[in-house]
Amino acid sequence: MTDLTRLTIADARDKLRGKEITAGELTESYLAAIHAANDTLNAYVTVTPDRAREMAKASDARLARGESGALEGIPLGIKDLFATEGVHTQACSHILDGFKPRYESTVTANLWADGAVMLGKLNMDEFAMGSSNESSYYGPVVNPWRRSREEPSLMPSTHMGEGGFVHSGGGVTQARTLDNMRLVPGGSSGGSAAAVSAFLCAGATATDTGGSIRQPAAFTGTVGIKPTYGRVSRWGIVAFASSLDQAGPIARDVRDAAILLKSMASVDDKDTTSVDRPVPDYEAALGRSVKGMKVGIPREYRVEGMPEEIEALWQKGIAWLKDAGAEIVDISLPHTKYALPAYYIVAPAEASSNLARYDGVRYGLRVPGRDIVEMYEKSRAEGFGREVKRRIMIGTYVLSAGYYDAYYLQAQKVRTLIKRDFENVFDSGVDVILTPATPSAAFGIADEDMAADPVKMYLNDIFTVTVNMAGLPGIAVPAGLDGHGLPLGLQLIGRPFDEETLFQTAHVIEQAAGRFEPEKWW
Amino acid sequence: MSVDLATVKRVARLARIAVTDEDAERMTGELNAILGFVEQLNEVDVAGVEPMTSVTPMAMKKRQDVVTDGGKAADIVANAPASAENFFLVPKVVE
Repeated sequence: MTDLTRLTIADARDKLRGKEITAGELTESYLAAIHAANDTLNAYVTVTPDRAREMAKASDARLARGESGALEGIPLGIKDLFATEGVHTQACSHILDGFKPRYESTVTANLWADGAVMLGKLNMDEFAMGSSNESSYYGPVVNPWRRSREEPSLMPSTHMGEGGFVHSGGGVTQARTLDNMRLVPGGSSGGSAAAVSAFLCAGATATDTGGSIRQPAAFTGTVGIKPTYGRVSRWGIVAFASSLDQAGPIARDVRDAAILLKSMASVDDKDTTSVDRPVPDYEAALGRSVKGMKVGIPREYRVEGMPEEIEALWQKGIAWLKDAGAEIVDISLPHTKYALPAYYIVAPAEASSNLARYDGVRYGLRVPGRDIVEMYEKSRAEGFGREVKRRIMIGTYVLSAGYYDAYYLQAQKVRTLIKRDFENVFDSGVDVILTPATPSAAFGIADEDMAADPVKMYLNDIFTVTVNMAGLPGIAVPAGLDGHGLPLGLQLIGRPFDEETLFQTAHVIEQAAGRFEPEKWW
Repeated sequence: MSVDLATVKRVARLARIAVTDEDAERMTGELNAILGFVEQLNEVDVAGVEPMTSVTPMAMKKRQDVVTDGGKAADIVANAPASAENFFLVPKVVE
């Protein structure tokens, strides 16, 4: 029998409706794959086999009656940040030990209403703070991709075929061996990206505050979209920085990402920032021509010290879109370099407020103290990891008396300017902006440079964070492999609520670049 | 701007996070690295620029002022480390 975990969501959907396979069989295939791989990759922090089998059985009953939701019988992984009723929901933090919500997040409720099956909860950076998935209380996730030891010739155009050619991490040249070094899958949605890339779920939910969907997608050869702020309800998602947080999917290809976002997005009265606009059929945008479309190339994204391979990948993306009939225009987003520093004021400030609720009283970890204040202080000292404490401290400091105007107010003014840059470009007729997704490929677990300097880790989000600051939609799509055989991604940025143009354009890139799968070693 | 050890301890107190001297020492360096990085924002001319309050221009949605939920005391305390008769239990705060 063929391995059912290899089916895309679109393929599985057709086979389920055509009664070629059952949701029960599909779910069992994934549960077996997780069982075999999770000790090595650590992508799941909890697997819910009973729940999965029960949901698959209900899907099969509905399919037998000829009823089927948009995701009927499709097994998904859920980032640990989403509240799932009665199931482990701890934002991968020690301080939420044992927390099992009595309610369901709007996003997951939407998925289950469309017939999806829950496989379990996925690993992530603690409270979504990180770019490597190393800050998780449950330990790092291992990227299913490994560097190859010999210099392969993987960048040439001979193998970058037309239409869906699948590149395997080891299949193109024969003399390659994989390096044993364990790499990070990116973060914070590292478990989501690794699970999708390693065929441990058909698709996954993720969240993105500064790049947490797009950077791990780029590091694992998967597709990830951060929708416009307000497109997806934040209700029932553990809050990090409320004015920046937005949920979206990580998927194997552009079509699957479009299918998932359609189900995740909704108008929700429970989230006052949820925008009252109907959700379009994103999948219908695939296959539309980009002829005559204006694609902006921002000069400020050509940063100092950027590897040549990233620049080459960017040029290749430009060439693909030009070949497809798009018009390429040079643009300027002058405040780009200030997005990351402004983010590191706004995000920690909001986080310090949001995380005030973890006090050892209402849920999670409690460490006893002499009095109530000592109990708070000890619970928070033991419950939060280093990165989380660092950000709470920065946030508390920049909001404290005497510093608010100098830091927070200044950052929010700069944010207005960043958003204005994008508005000017879109007003001038640009339809979509093309940039690299990340300044490098995946790096090693416990990278010494990154560990020694928090700012160095923060630089991972240099190309993605502007999009959160401006509330825009952004998609990361795999576009090639680097000299070590690791995946690299391109990012497309769109107008507010124009996710359709992102899917349409990303699909053109995908058609030209092909798809990328790691060689299985786990 | 940079922070000294005393400021770090004061901020930790405000954030209700217990820190040892060693923690505070380490955090001083880390926080100063981050504050040094964000310093460049001061070179941006923000004269006449409004601070962002909402990234998506929209009127805040309001709902009818009616009771739509409730009667869930048992659910609310279900995850508490200590509770009794649907109250959260904390160390004594009044002598």
